Amino acid sequence: MSWKIWSLKKSVWVFHVNTGACNNCDIEVVDLLTPRFDVERFGIKLVGSPRHADALLVTGGVTAQAAPRLREIYRQTPKPCVVFCIGACACDKGIFTTGYHMVGPVDKIIKEIDPDAIIAYVPGCPPKPEAMISGVVKALSTL
Amino acid sequence: MKKSVRKPVLAVGPFHPLQEEMEFFQLTVDGEIVTDIDVRISYNHRGIEKISESLQFDQVPFLVSRICGICSASHPLAYVQAVEEIAGVTIPDRARYVRTIIAEFERIHSHLLWAGLAGHFIGYDTVFMWAWKYREPVLDLLEEITGNRNNYGNVRVGGCREDIPDELIPKILVELDQIEKKTEMLTKAVLDDPVLHARLKGVGTLKRQDAISYAVTGPTARGSGVAIDVRADEPYAAYADLDWNVISQPEGDVFAKAVVRLLEVLEAVKIIRQALKKLPDGPVVIEVKEIPPGEGVGRAEAPRGETFHYVRSDGGNRPVRHKARAPSYVNVPSFKASCIGQHIADVTITLAAVDPCYSCTERLAVVDGNKVVFDYDALLKLSRRKTAELRKDAGVPELLKMEDL
Amino acid sequence: MNQQQLNNKLEKIKAKLLAIERPADNRIYLSCEAENSYAVNKFLFEDVPLRFVISTGIDSDDCFEILYHYAYDPTGCVVTVKAFIRDRENPAIESITPFLPAAEWIEREMHDLLGIDFKNHPNLKRLILADDWPEGVYPLRKEIKK
Repeated sequence: MSWKIWSLKKSVWVFHVNTGACNNCDIEVVDLLTPRFDVERFGIKLVGSPRHADALLVTGGVTAQAAPRLREIYRQTPKPCVVFCIGACACDKGIFTTGYHMVGPVDKIIKEIDPDAIIAYVPGCPPKPEAMISGVVKALSTL
Repeated sequence: MKKSVRKPVLAVGPFHPLQEEMEFFQLTVDGEIVTDIDVRISYNHRGIEKISESLQFDQVPFLVSRICGICSASHPLAYVQAVEEIAGVTIPDRARYVRTIIAEFERIHSHLLWAGLAGHFIGYDTVFMWAWKYREPVLDLLEEITGNRNNYGNVRVGGCREDIPDELIPKILVELDQIEKKTEMLTKAVLDDPVLHARLKGVGTLKRQDAISYAVTGPTARGSGVAIDVRADEPYAAYADLDWNVISQPEGDVFAKAVVRLLEVLEAVKIIRQALKKLPDGPVVIEVKEIPPGEGVGRAEAPRGETFHYVRSDGGNRPVRHKARAPSYVNVPSFKASCIGQHIADVTITLAAVDPCYSCTERLAVVDGNKVVFDYDALLKLSRRKTAELRKDAGVPELLKMEDL
Repeated sequence: MNQQQLNNKLEKIKAKLLAIERPADNRIYLSCEAENSYAVNKFLFEDVPLRFVISTGIDSDDCFEILYHYAYDPTGCVVTVKAFIRDRENPAIESITPFLPAAEWIEREMHDLLGIDFKNHPNLKRLILADDWPEGVYPLRKEIKK
């Protein structure tokens, strides 16, 4: 196991990206920081810049306006990194699948620039914070 | 030779963990004072009104509940009321009460969420952790009743999908006591804190006349002395049967809007208690087979203000046109009036006072070419530093005196 | 002003209207041709006065309809103006933003999504569609399926 992957599994710094989400998933992501879930005790930390991130928590089904920004953020995130598709929209556009302004989902946009990207899916509308933690832990343990 | 003064443009947004939505506000400044704002929104545009036209009337509530996660009850409520108006249907009494209870719980958790974020923006992180901790029981109750912490999916044309089981009522009442106690404590702490007074009074003031020209609603309006509230003006659900007050403050500043929201949480507790006591027996839904041709309007008072839906039917089983207006659509532009003339350290809290439900509308980010003078992190730091300086001046050694978490 | 007084006041603009419909006590629909929309809106916002809520643009096959929704809060009445734009080739209507700042965004949105030209709008640039969305494609028009 490479040194990078080992340290990623020990403590994961995540950057949250909203690509056109309704806020539900995003609020539940922020909820992870609050006393009931308190993910910082697991070493999961929310950082303010993709350049410091090991993983991206991406919400939203990717609107036309957000797609270039998502690609840019992915480029800026040092590799290896894991892209977590949080919520039904990120996994497969959810209920907005026929929307004219939707160009996602997330994996389609990411794979356009990196076909070998590591992508994990946490479905739900929104996924409960427990589901997000479980998803992150499961994905990292398979690396 | 006259030296041209280049006015720097500030970027607020787009991506910061605690600013959940992508947003671009273009701020022009002169020194450290904001002189102009332009807003460009499209990051969250999902084309919902068009999607509505391809869904059946009874599928649309699931769609509009996801316009915004924190107005998840009010959008479907306004929509089904518009459809019920077209159909000329009167829903069962118990349904009116269940709708009211769910809507008021949403108001409680939304306002507590706001209090937490506002606290974070000005450097009161204890308030953030505290408010979000006391939101959790509300979400748990909503999950017990409707099956989901958010996106309740509880409202349908003709009434409600899920009833409130009578066995749950004692537990709800116990939680309400707790929420009331904690919110009273927070409200008192806010009203008594000299640093918060210095930090938030006179800041981000939206004058009454601007509140009217920008047609704002909700606490943004009520905090500027415009005492409008759909629950009182055009009562829906069970509001006309219950005894409660419209909360409003005249000053128009961030402090006034904070007070309005906190007092509304206490009012919401009052409303839920009465609604549970008076909860009528009977079904919670009446079947509506057909929607005739026609048009209807439905309004609900979301935590952020008036949610307005217009629906047109041609007698088929899908809406011909569905207009969904979130309160933030009129509140966010008013940021122009409340922010111009403000110091950049106050920009984040002034915007927060509008409580933009960012996905209700959209937010924008600004770049002047590729140059960012102050990014969001820097603005947040300025805001928090201002609070720290005020605290030092006031000689107040620590933050709000509150129980430990 | 009670509801009856409001109803009476609305009669003052009757000359500019095609019809006044009252399907319910608290729902009033005023229809007019696009040319009269500016005057009717100005009357409602400034003279009555009413609170502007939002505007709805509709592609109605043989015309475009621009609905302007207003609220009269003391009685909970919603007054909607329906302005008909008959020219489908070059749909245009006078902007009301000059006297009603609250209309700025929604007029820009209708411009993006329906291709309506709002004459004398102070800032009619793209609001809601992505930067690279093709010109001339108006998603809310009926011919656009998805």
